Amino acid sequence: MLDVALWTSLALFAASVLLTLFRAIIGPSLPDRILALDTMYINSIGLIILFGIWINSNIYFEAALLIAMLGFISTVAVCKYLLRGDIIE
Amino acid sequence: MIGFYTFMEGVIAFFLIAGGMFAFIGALGLTHLKDFYMRLHGPTKTSTLGVGCVLIASTCYFSLVQGGISVHELLITIFLFITAPVSAHLLAKSALHQKLPHDPRTQGHPKEFDEDEENPKPSERAGITPPP
Repeated sequence: MLDVALWTSLALFAASVLLTLFRAIIGPSLPDRILALDTMYINSIGLIILFGIWINSNIYFEAALLIAMLGFISTVAVCKYLLRGDIIE
Repeated sequence: MIGFYTFMEGVIAFFLIAGGMFAFIGALGLTHLKDFYMRLHGPTKTSTLGVGCVLIASTCYFSLVQGGISVHELLITIFLFITAPVSAHLLAKSALHQKLPHDPRTQGHPKEFDEDEENPKPSERAGITPPP
């Protein structure tokens, strides 16, 4: 039962990463692309956690935490650049 | 009477499927909705909820496999639940700053669309008194 659920969840997360990649390519404006990249890193955190469950080890937890922190900081930096024309004033 | 491990396996499988479905519905909303302000709604709620469900499943799984309670996945959950509204707020502010077009059926009129100092339109501003 756990194998079927794990493969289904991996397939759904991979499909959502592909959909966000589609939006990041065709996105008509810059905030669309930033939102697509934001959603993509959140989905990649889910993929890494699922891979850690699949190989039965939690050494990938730090990678997921680093991706979460750096993705948030990059999103905030690009949004500040769009808002003010400068990141650190 | 089912055993404890079978019950916990069912709980973990439920959270895995729920997380995958939430993430997929969020990505569908990001792809198919009409304008940016609608597209902002889908991922900011469903993606964090999907990753939250997957992290709850991971916590249950490693607590069950390694014995004891493994709570360090909750760090990512708390971090995502704090940072997702902040990034959504900044994205909405930057979209309003760029005056992205919205669906004409959208109700309400945010004041960021009125502040058009470069090329004011006096025909539209005629009967409107500016707020003090």
